[in-house]
Amino acid sequence: MSLHATTSQTVGPYLHIGMTWLIIDNLAPKGVAGERISIAGRVIDGDGKPVSDALLEIWQADAEGNYDSRSFRGFGRAATDAKGAFSFKTIKPGRVTGPGGKLQAPHIGVNVFMRGLLKQLVTRIYFPGDPANADDPVLALVPAARRGTLIARKGAGKSVSLEWNVILQGHDETVFFDC
Amino acid sequence: MVGLSSYRRPLPGTQPDYLFPPYASTVKRAPTRPLVMLPQTLTELTGPVFGRDEVKPGDADLTKQHKGDPIGERIIVSGRVLDENARPAPHTLVEIWQANSAGRYPHRTDQHDAPTDPNFTGCGRVLTDKHGSYRFVSIKPGAYPWRNHPNAWRPAHIHFSLFGPAFATRLVTQMYFPGDPLLPYDPMFNCVPDEGARNRLISVFDLDTTIPEIALGYRFDIVLRGTGETPMERRS
Repeated sequence: MSLHATTSQTVGPYLHIGMTWLIIDNLAPKGVAGERISIAGRVIDGDGKPVSDALLEIWQADAEGNYDSRSFRGFGRAATDAKGAFSFKTIKPGRVTGPGGKLQAPHIGVNVFMRGLLKQLVTRIYFPGDPANADDPVLALVPAARRGTLIARKGAGKSVSLEWNVILQGHDETVFFDC
Repeated sequence: MVGLSSYRRPLPGTQPDYLFPPYASTVKRAPTRPLVMLPQTLTELTGPVFGRDEVKPGDADLTKQHKGDPIGERIIVSGRVLDENARPAPHTLVEIWQANSAGRYPHRTDQHDAPTDPNFTGCGRVLTDKHGSYRFVSIKPGAYPWRNHPNAWRPAHIHFSLFGPAFATRLVTQMYFPGDPLLPYDPMFNCVPDEGARNRLISVFDLDTTIPEIALGYRFDIVLRGTGETPMERRS
């Protein structure tokens, strides 16, 4: 018996009613092993305006590269504020295997939901200066000129270690995946 | 990927494109550059697990979240969450949200001139059981106007958010009601060309789950991506 997946529909403008009961913007409370990082950024639309009604979900391995960790859940969810800003506190994930058993560079999977998206956008966050980025099998599929949109930048603020933005359209448009 | 196989590509015409100008908000938010094909790795083939400590039995009854009863037609919305191979998705999180019976959300950005209901928030959640079944008690949401185009009205709908077993099975959708005269005019409902896919977004009135003197029953089954090849890929 074969069925077809239900058609995706937008979360709409009132997603907060159903989804913000569960906000996990700190994935790494005390007791979780790994290098502490914070990632902050903004979601920007095709007019360069902040998207104040977006929701981001992240999924990542623990510091050892395991997804079935008992001590680290790996799931985060945060909504953007009036300035289109979001942030997560977490740990840097370890390397996990990719196509053909080759190790991938440390990365975080991201699903982005908002009004105006009939299905979620899929993207990834990679880490600046990580030598593994050079031979990551997924980054290698991305045109070189656009790879930088997937790699976070070292942040300027005292409390922000990394900055990574979701640019929906235009010259610096974030790379989105079909998965 | 030992033991983990990839999720299928969608059947053409059954999933929306990002850019769909009849839904005006897509124009400034849809990607303009080509998507990059992502091989499904452990990151895409695994996903979060939600537990009983997060979801309480009362969370599935949207009519019992306040002191009084909400105004409206009481409904039971139930169904199964399956994958494309018709296997149930057990113990998976289902989140819903909806307008009240007057078509109003208790949200700072909802300016519709219709009353809020102090006894209705419109938010619920449940974990499916081992057979993939879920059940909510609610009230039938009202239609409401939006400014997408002149005289635009959303048909009555309930938003559904589902996780399934993997990052790649994440799905957000909307459930509609049978016989709604607004459906032919709604760009969201009509965002895919496949008529069968559109019609599967419409719940089915169900006398078997209707509770005499209490509530009308509607059935809505949800299908998440399944692993393996699509029949089409197998032919080619």
